[in-house]
Amino acid sequence: MPTVAPLDLEGHCIAAVFLGDVPHFAMADGAVHRLDHGHKTVQANDGLLAAFHDAANDRLITGGEDGKAFSVKAGGEVTELASAAKKWITSVAAGPQGAIAYASGKTAFVRFADGKTREFVHPRSVEGLAFSPKGMRFGVARYNGATLHFPAAEGKPVELEWAGAHTGITFSPDGAFLVTTMQENALHGWKLADGKHMRMTGYPGKVKSLSWSVKGKWLASSGAPAAIVWPFSGKDGPMGKAPLELGTRGNAMVTAVACHPSQDVVAVGYDDGMVMAVRFADAKEVLLRRPGKGAITSMMWDKEERRVAFGSAAGDCGVVDITA
Amino acid sequence: MSDAQTQIPVTVLTGYLGAGKTTLLNRILSENHGRRYAVIVNEFGEIGIDNDLIVESDEEIYEMNNGCVCCTVRGDLIRVVEGLMRRPGRFDAIVVETTGLADPVPVAQTFFMDDDVRSKTRLDAVVALVDAKHLPLRLKDSREAEDQIAFADVVVLNKTDLVTSEELAKVEATIRAINPAAKIHRTTRAGVALTEVLDRGAFDLSRALENDPHFLEAHDDHHDHDHDHDGHDHHHHDHDGHHHHAHASDIHDVTVQSVSLRGGEMDPKKFFPWIEKITQMEGPNILRLKGIIALKGDDERYVIQGVHMIIEGDHQRAWKDGEKHESRLVFIGRELDAERLKKSFDACQAA
Repeated sequence: MPTVAPLDLEGHCIAAVFLGDVPHFAMADGAVHRLDHGHKTVQANDGLLAAFHDAANDRLITGGEDGKAFSVKAGGEVTELASAAKKWITSVAAGPQGAIAYASGKTAFVRFADGKTREFVHPRSVEGLAFSPKGMRFGVARYNGATLHFPAAEGKPVELEWAGAHTGITFSPDGAFLVTTMQENALHGWKLADGKHMRMTGYPGKVKSLSWSVKGKWLASSGAPAAIVWPFSGKDGPMGKAPLELGTRGNAMVTAVACHPSQDVVAVGYDDGMVMAVRFADAKEVLLRRPGKGAITSMMWDKEERRVAFGSAAGDCGVVDITA
Repeated sequence: MSDAQTQIPVTVLTGYLGAGKTTLLNRILSENHGRRYAVIVNEFGEIGIDNDLIVESDEEIYEMNNGCVCCTVRGDLIRVVEGLMRRPGRFDAIVVETTGLADPVPVAQTFFMDDDVRSKTRLDAVVALVDAKHLPLRLKDSREAEDQIAFADVVVLNKTDLVTSEELAKVEATIRAINPAAKIHRTTRAGVALTEVLDRGAFDLSRALENDPHFLEAHDDHHDHDHDHDGHDHHHHDHDGHHHHAHASDIHDVTVQSVSLRGGEMDPKKFFPWIEKITQMEGPNILRLKGIIALKGDDERYVIQGVHMIIEGDHQRAWKDGEKHESRLVFIGRELDAERLKKSFDACQAA
């Protein structure tokens, strides 16, 4: 029977992550709370807007209203990595070799581990950022498509076009596919080898949460009364295939998804605060947390695959222990 | 417009460079009115006030990928409003300042078309600042100046000290010709009472009607000003019994027109398909529409409003004893076929 250790905080949780084996909760006011032999707090941004879990370096990258980007490490070590003047930093990402990227208005910045920074100015706003898992390459979600940059080399970026506003972006773990979330209720994907398009539509709401399953065989998404899970194991991704619909509920929308680190299981968070774990093979569901005060905004499994940290829009966060 | 308690009101401020937007914004930010405002600006520019809640945002117009050319939203606003609303305790309302040349429609549509924005905020009113001296010129060289007036709920006619009373009357008549439904305030140095521009509930038609009981009435001179009517002559159009008066303006540069329709009780089975069809077909030409509809067999007044193809309607209140069950509807837009609108509207009347 899973047990929940609640952590009731004030405000909107942007990211619930494990750093080391300690659950951390980054809130919209910029405070980062952790449950490390008691409740402890450090302050990063003055107003947090975006956070990215940098798994390779076991840290959280944050960007905020103060125009700054920080690194938050386990134990509460907060380091300012960058400042983009008075403008909001609305998107952050972490890449290979300790590089990070952050976006402010129409400019994407890449900061290398040695502190050197490069700027990439776009004709339109940078809506989302992601690094490719392979090579020094990152993608920008923008109006009418995505742009791929190679920040360690000179040369022209690669433009991928698809009409509409693209708001978020992710590469598949093998680097073969690029997927964006859109302003309309859809995902769009490109097979990078040949630029083939993948349209993933039919969502009743905007997709705000994406999670790749182990080895990138599946992509789970929010935006519907079920977790919509697209198959990416074939060479053409989900083209011509139907997605799985897992954890369907008639009266609630899925707002966050987090795939299990080693098994084909997804943690599904709903707008009423409920969390379930669902197995892909047979759609079997296990209740992890009953409905709470606010929509689930972020979730992460720990390395031991035993706990799920979750955050909500109303501040009722916590950790589920599935083995207890 | 449900759940109004948790929705933060948003005021959109339009107007050309030099019309007085910055002056008005500085007043909103500095005057002691007991409310806290988050302000979204295009550039920090001349706002001389240091405030964490002034957010600079690059105007970003996104066409929706649904084949509807007039379905545009401001992508930057979606992002900024979402960010602001994650920490709601900091402010009571939001003001969006647009650039001089901005089209107000995508701004307004954002508050209807984006589910996230719509669930947390509500469009309160669109306020246009107009420079009394330069408006005639602006209307000559741009369509945006006209759009801003046509789209406004409140027009602040500023810098009235720079023109003669004759010129002022003419400018005001022009504004009235473009938009017969807006409330006009004459000011110098953007000195309008802030209660006249903020928290107006103009997109909440039932509230707008409470504020302005003469709204959409036959005579367009019911739009009372709060001060100095010196020598200003409203056009008194010939009222052809009842029904529409399409404002034909003597100002050549005005391309926006309004069509006011009046009728008796409507057959809901005819009226709703008709308004759907009109807004689908004429949507790109319709900037705003507002109306009070008497539905046959319904003991409540039905209020309706729209922006391009988006329409919303709701029951407002019960008809009062002795109140005439009358339907009134005004379209503000371009290339509207007044005759056809009138005929097809009349055909919706209950037998």
